[in-house]
Amino acid sequence: MSEFKALDGTGAVAEAMRQINPDVVAAYPITPQTAIVQTFSEFVADGLVDTEFITVESEHSAMSACVGASAAGARVMTATSSAGLAFMWEILYVAASNRLPIVMTNVNRALSAPINIHCDHSDSMGARDAGWIHLFCENAQEAYDTVIQAVRIAEHPDVLLPVMVLFDGFITSHAEERVEIFDDAKVKAFVGEYKPKHSLLDLDHPVTYGPLDFTDYYFEHKRQQVEAMRHAQKVILDVADEFAKTFGRKYGLFETYRLDDAEVAIVVSSSTAGTARAAVDKLRAQGAKVGLLKPRVFRPFPAQEMVAALQHLKAVGVMDRAISFGSMSNAGPLFLELAAAMKIYDAGVPMADFVFGLGGRDIVPSQIEGVFRSLLQIAETGRVSELVSYVGVRE
Amino acid sequence: MATKLNLKELSKREDRLAPGHRLCAGCGAGIVVRQILAAIDEPVVLSNATGCLEVSTTIFPYTSWRVPWIHNAFENAASTMSGVETAYRALVKRGKIPEQNVKFIAFGGDGGTYDIGIQALSGALERGHKMMYVCYNNEAYMNTGIQRSSATPLGANTTTSPAGKVIPGKMQPRKDLTAICAAHNIPYVAQASPHNWRDLMEKARKGVAADGPAFLNVLSSCNRGWRHDTSTTVEVMKLATETCVWPLYEVENGVWRLTYKPKVKKPVTEWLEAQGRFRHLFRPENQYMIERIQADVDEKWERLLKLCGEA
Repeated sequence: MSEFKALDGTGAVAEAMRQINPDVVAAYPITPQTAIVQTFSEFVADGLVDTEFITVESEHSAMSACVGASAAGARVMTATSSAGLAFMWEILYVAASNRLPIVMTNVNRALSAPINIHCDHSDSMGARDAGWIHLFCENAQEAYDTVIQAVRIAEHPDVLLPVMVLFDGFITSHAEERVEIFDDAKVKAFVGEYKPKHSLLDLDHPVTYGPLDFTDYYFEHKRQQVEAMRHAQKVILDVADEFAKTFGRKYGLFETYRLDDAEVAIVVSSSTAGTARAAVDKLRAQGAKVGLLKPRVFRPFPAQEMVAALQHLKAVGVMDRAISFGSMSNAGPLFLELAAAMKIYDAGVPMADFVFGLGGRDIVPSQIEGVFRSLLQIAETGRVSELVSYVGVRE
Repeated sequence: MATKLNLKELSKREDRLAPGHRLCAGCGAGIVVRQILAAIDEPVVLSNATGCLEVSTTIFPYTSWRVPWIHNAFENAASTMSGVETAYRALVKRGKIPEQNVKFIAFGGDGGTYDIGIQALSGALERGHKMMYVCYNNEAYMNTGIQRSSATPLGANTTTSPAGKVIPGKMQPRKDLTAICAAHNIPYVAQASPHNWRDLMEKARKGVAADGPAFLNVLSSCNRGWRHDTSTTVEVMKLATETCVWPLYEVENGVWRLTYKPKVKKPVTEWLEAQGRFRHLFRPENQYMIERIQADVDEKWERLLKLCGEA
């Protein structure tokens, strides 16, 4: 039987980790992730899990120890945020390229400087090409559900890639919600047991992990990583189906809201999608045909599927909680990716980017309604006057 | 019964580091690794920092390692091995793999150990992982072409501490990493050199038998950087010990002990003369550097004798 608990995002992830009971966790504290590893260490101290917890001296060592433990055949998890993710940078690539199915929660937080502990997506967006699967979550329930699914996705033999579970710092990590916690045994059965194919601890079959790979092989190995990432999309959907059958909640590559008959739509991930949903309802009540697409899977990017869902629109606004400095019009990464997809697949829909919420700047329903009004104007005139604009900034 | 440490018995063992690797002729690293692995009867799992040993033993699709081995990056051989060792305990505890008394050994050069990897090393030692970290210390960044590290001795000519017209090589003595590791109060720390193979092998055995972390700092000549003939590797390293530049000692559960004391302490000039990296010091204007090096060696030797209860 499921139980409903009042938990914040960090507590929900810690609960999932308790039920998964991984072999090894190596982690280091950083705001706003700290409560995850802190709560989990209480589970270890109280014997609620028998995970070996390595209290490393840095995030660099956290990911390094995760790589070692995963290569040794253990099921491995960790969590971080912001500067911690940045400090892991080099080893994120090592983890993905060695095809190690590590599951990490990254609670999205702005990068320095100036130092700021609040939410934006610059941390994980900076790591978007490191070879990890990226799954965005709107709320604590999604975070809990996604961590459970992430284990299965990462360890699938067609994938064997690390997975990052992402949600908004403080907004989701520290706001208490009503979260459905499944029966321990059901979660245990769902995640099953990890059976590594190549383990350092298989002494009868010694393996060499991380060799020097030169001009004659490196390219092929990168090409194989592309295949793994391509397989990931189907596996993500298969695992979501099985999750829906087992636990009742349905997940896809993205979620749409009142999109089918909409004329304009906002594309925004994570907690802001919840705010946007309220704005959609309000404007719909006033007769405006507005809708929402909330990306869940950012890596691998479901380009064709998103275009198919958006191509009937008269205007699409992407809301980015990060800036890709120096890119086309200094747009955000989600916009750049989606704009390219819309062009390649001939959607012919005018698009604009709305950068918001950097460093935890609040985003309120009236601002999202403002974005919708801009989009309705674009739909009416067919003209995009500003490719990138900034919501809620003092200019 | 442990294999006897005599050449007849040891020569019967299959090398865990297979021949055919691409280490240079006369390289110390291969000798260090083979001696250490030959000393250990138990199964081993190895991690390796980026460096000469790593690049020259695993050029894909080949590997010279007959035992499980992982390279992660430059600065994290210790934290990587922390993960492997912890996974072993976790999986044994859960009955997923058998208990086999596996020994976990991390290898890193001095750059990966003294400099960029010291944080990961210190963290691993403090956490008490049952693993042995071996620094094969060739006293500079040799893999990238002989740049100075904090293990480079005073006065040495390297490509980033070149012997120039106004600066005669490296102006700082080396960091005392062995003492830093000893200050972590771990069960076993030792300094060794492969010219005294029995001493090194005994230390390797003590290191992996320790109930907790162990650290071995092993001198490992690089003739490309030290500038001596490939055939004199062992003699040059022996001179380091005979001149007390590289004393052989151990710190076992906090007790310091000299494991070899030269009958006659030779002057440092004998060690310096044997290597091209110190040649510039013999110019008259650099005489003061030789005096400084001798004074530095004398002072550290006296301090070590006291710590070892020999003075």
